[in-house]
Amino acid sequence: MIDPKLLSEHNLTLEEYERIAALIGREPNLTELGIFSLMWSEHCSYKSSKAFLKKLPTRGKSVIQGPGENAGIIDIGAGLAVVFKIESHNHPSFIEPFQGAATGVGGILRDIFTMGARPIALLDSLRFGPLQDARNRTILDGVVAGISSYGNSIGVPTVGGEVCFGDGYSKNPLVNVFCLGLAEKEKIFYAKAEGIGNPVLYVGSKTGRDGIHGATMASAEFGKETEQKRPNVQVGDPFKEKLLLEACLEVMDKGLIVGIQDMGAAGLTCSTAEMPAKSGTGISINLDLVPQREEGMTPYEILLSESQERMLLVARKENVAEVQKIFAKWDLDAVNIGEVTAGPNLKVSFRGETVVDVPVEAVVNLCPVYRRPSRKPGYLRTAQKLDPPPPASDPGAALLRVIASPTIADKEWIFRQYDHMVQTNTVLLPGADAAVLRIKGQKRGLAMTLDGNGVYCYLDPRMGGAVAVAEACRNLACVGARPLGVTNCLNFGNPEKPEVMWQFKKIIEGMAEACRAFEIPVTGGNVSFYNDTEGLSIHPTPVLGIVGLIDDLDRLVGPAFRPEGDAILLLGENTGELGGSEYLRTIHGLERGLPPRIDLEREKAVQDVCREAIADALIMSAHDLAEGGLAVGAAECCILGRTSVGCTLDLADDLPPDALLFGEAQSRILLSVSAGLLPRVLGLASAKGVPARVIGRTGGRDLVIRHKGQELVRLSVDRLRAAWKGSLPGALAVR
Amino acid sequence: MKFGVVVFPGSNCDYDTYYALKEVLRQETVLLWHKDHDLQGVDCVVLPGGFSYGDYLRAGAIARFSPLMQEVREFAAKGGRVLGICNGFQVLLELGLLPGAMLRNKNLKFLCQFVHLRVENAGTLFTRRARKGQVLRLPIAHFDGLYYAPLATLQELEENRQVVLRYVDEKGEPTEEANVNGSASNIAGLVNERGNVLGLMPHPERASEALLGSEDGRLIFESLIQS
Repeated sequence: MIDPKLLSEHNLTLEEYERIAALIGREPNLTELGIFSLMWSEHCSYKSSKAFLKKLPTRGKSVIQGPGENAGIIDIGAGLAVVFKIESHNHPSFIEPFQGAATGVGGILRDIFTMGARPIALLDSLRFGPLQDARNRTILDGVVAGISSYGNSIGVPTVGGEVCFGDGYSKNPLVNVFCLGLAEKEKIFYAKAEGIGNPVLYVGSKTGRDGIHGATMASAEFGKETEQKRPNVQVGDPFKEKLLLEACLEVMDKGLIVGIQDMGAAGLTCSTAEMPAKSGTGISINLDLVPQREEGMTPYEILLSESQERMLLVARKENVAEVQKIFAKWDLDAVNIGEVTAGPNLKVSFRGETVVDVPVEAVVNLCPVYRRPSRKPGYLRTAQKLDPPPPASDPGAALLRVIASPTIADKEWIFRQYDHMVQTNTVLLPGADAAVLRIKGQKRGLAMTLDGNGVYCYLDPRMGGAVAVAEACRNLACVGARPLGVTNCLNFGNPEKPEVMWQFKKIIEGMAEACRAFEIPVTGGNVSFYNDTEGLSIHPTPVLGIVGLIDDLDRLVGPAFRPEGDAILLLGENTGELGGSEYLRTIHGLERGLPPRIDLEREKAVQDVCREAIADALIMSAHDLAEGGLAVGAAECCILGRTSVGCTLDLADDLPPDALLFGEAQSRILLSVSAGLLPRVLGLASAKGVPARVIGRTGGRDLVIRHKGQELVRLSVDRLRAAWKGSLPGALAVR
Repeated sequence: MKFGVVVFPGSNCDYDTYYALKEVLRQETVLLWHKDHDLQGVDCVVLPGGFSYGDYLRAGAIARFSPLMQEVREFAAKGGRVLGICNGFQVLLELGLLPGAMLRNKNLKFLCQFVHLRVENAGTLFTRRARKGQVLRLPIAHFDGLYYAPLATLQELEENRQVVLRYVDEKGEPTEEANVNGSASNIAGLVNERGNVLGLMPHPERASEALLGSEDGRLIFESLIQS
């Protein structure tokens, strides 16, 4: 019955199949094969990444829960904890942009509230191909509408994130969704199936045939026929999830349940296997009792469906009636479909017959772990070489083009489709260095950011990994936040290609080194391999989600200059590194050179100075210099306020003008300081050994940049603003 | 003054409104469950923003059948104060407590942003703390906020001074550009003829604390509290 074709349809190798048969002591039936194919898929098992992910530091004194649960948890004091995680929904978003992105939001929300936390913020990291291609415009439009529809309806604000563009994402967009929730420390719940005889309750939407094999789909490359996989994409119902959220939080708040797990990828299979596996128990369920949306579903279909908005609860017998009453209040069913057993098996019956009887341990924990071969890619030798580009004849014109490049340009067209204010905690609107939320009833605030640079990682994976962590922390420092913990979404090509595996290893090394330097634990994340379409892999793109704490929101500053003639202070040094820069890409069409180097000790010192200057109320604004370099960073400070503010910079560095203006040297922050406080800020920097110098002054209506007395740029801020604001709407208006 | 904030399934600004009234403005405030038939003796009923019943049908079209709406109708008929914010405004239109209907925004996208509003009538129970012509800055967040009514109704609304808030630019001019959702006559908020029911698309509860970027929304709540 089980032949090579069937195995290949289930993305299982012959060796894996033989291992399954050995573990269960017989040939699996088709339903069991389906279960193993899902749970042993790359998406669920992390079989290619596990061995390397161990290098990331996961411990810290505030860590309540590290990797391995639905989300990571960090103690923030005062009886509260933050629960956060990032997940990819790349493959479904390519096939069906709206529903793919929407269900990505729905899935990450469930990961958070399943732990007893109320979700308070969503952020997205999105990557698309160039907008000249109509297909990419359609994907962007659909993804944004999908995120907007789900997040807005359920009432969780989408407060920030990043949107970048590159050729490699043309047929492989990245949709990484981050969610953060706030929980009372004493009311955190886990995916446990404890207490033999305890009933297992199915709650939420009915099960249909949608999403069957979603996780296996996300574990294979896409070919030309991929668009036929549309039925594999699930359909989201944010209203149902809102009810589920309220009902689940209510039963958890009242302490009525023992454990809870959402049904995300791999649906009922995943939750019924993982919960007992974590508790050393077994589970027995009857599929006839599972609420079904369609007639005639087979056990295979019911178990593998990825219908959305469903959860599995384990409750004590005496509390079942009360749980059902609360779900009924929210117009939801809570159906008893089985019970916790002594184990060790997952037993499933259907119409009086046992259709699955396999050890949960084998399903969940005994998938083979691969140390796949890796090889340094050949492209690096040529790609890392960069001959100095011809100097820009008109740096001002170049600045107008770089600031209008879609990666840098204003994203208001996107974020105004997201409700970013619901829940009334949003202190900084999207577009700032980091999203900032207040914690009601406290002076403290939470900051969060998503960061990653695929070009840097393509050109130097190890350095790219370290820079991603450093830059995310720098974004937090610019709003005065101390980083607490990291979640990451690692987007890569096919791990069976040795070059991809090499990129993966190196990036993990770089990230691990930076996380150790900043002493921030990684509390979880997600690996998305097989981002290949028609044989081409994406640039390796790790996205770092870092959460920080602000002690006093009254001291918060934003990135925008004030008109009052403040001094503009540069922390750090200009190095003129142009490798991998947005300038090279936009002006010269090159993705080449070595990306900027980073000295992690210097980086930490720069961030400390910024954070302390904010905490001591010494500065008026702070902005990270990143993509686009000093010229773009300064222009953003002029543009980002409610009114335009000009500035004049006088630079004297011994660097070619374009490298000085557009080089992306790390560890730099642009501050503005009122004259009276300047000595204190300079003193602070010098005490920490951080180079700091006044490079200009705010005021006027133009951005003026002079280099050794020669005027390089003179542009009205209104003109810069128009180029920056008009770019994305212009590109998307083409039909 | 006692406020009651109605909770429909899918309401998502219910707690925000509760928080603004209770914690910021320090008023006695209760949440009212939509399946109940009890207004708990409140002086003002607030229908909050959100996506009641998912708004998969016309926004507010199902919420109007919630059991509690019977009491809300009677309460309004007796002159009780009713404030509908965003989805709450849409529910009021569906209930027939205010005239007109909402269509999709003119750009066919959800819009979340700060807007400027001009107070057109400072004599209502909801605006008496403001000056006529005062420009307020409040956020909107909606997909269906293009106010529509037949010409005759619009004329009546103007004649009766029922238009309370209009979308304007920073200088207070009701330009087409400032009318982000494309509403008829730039209408952002209106009262019934009797003046005891206000519906508005902007969110005063999101603009009640300086930390969140504006305190202009307090004017609406404070007007109610004063009167």
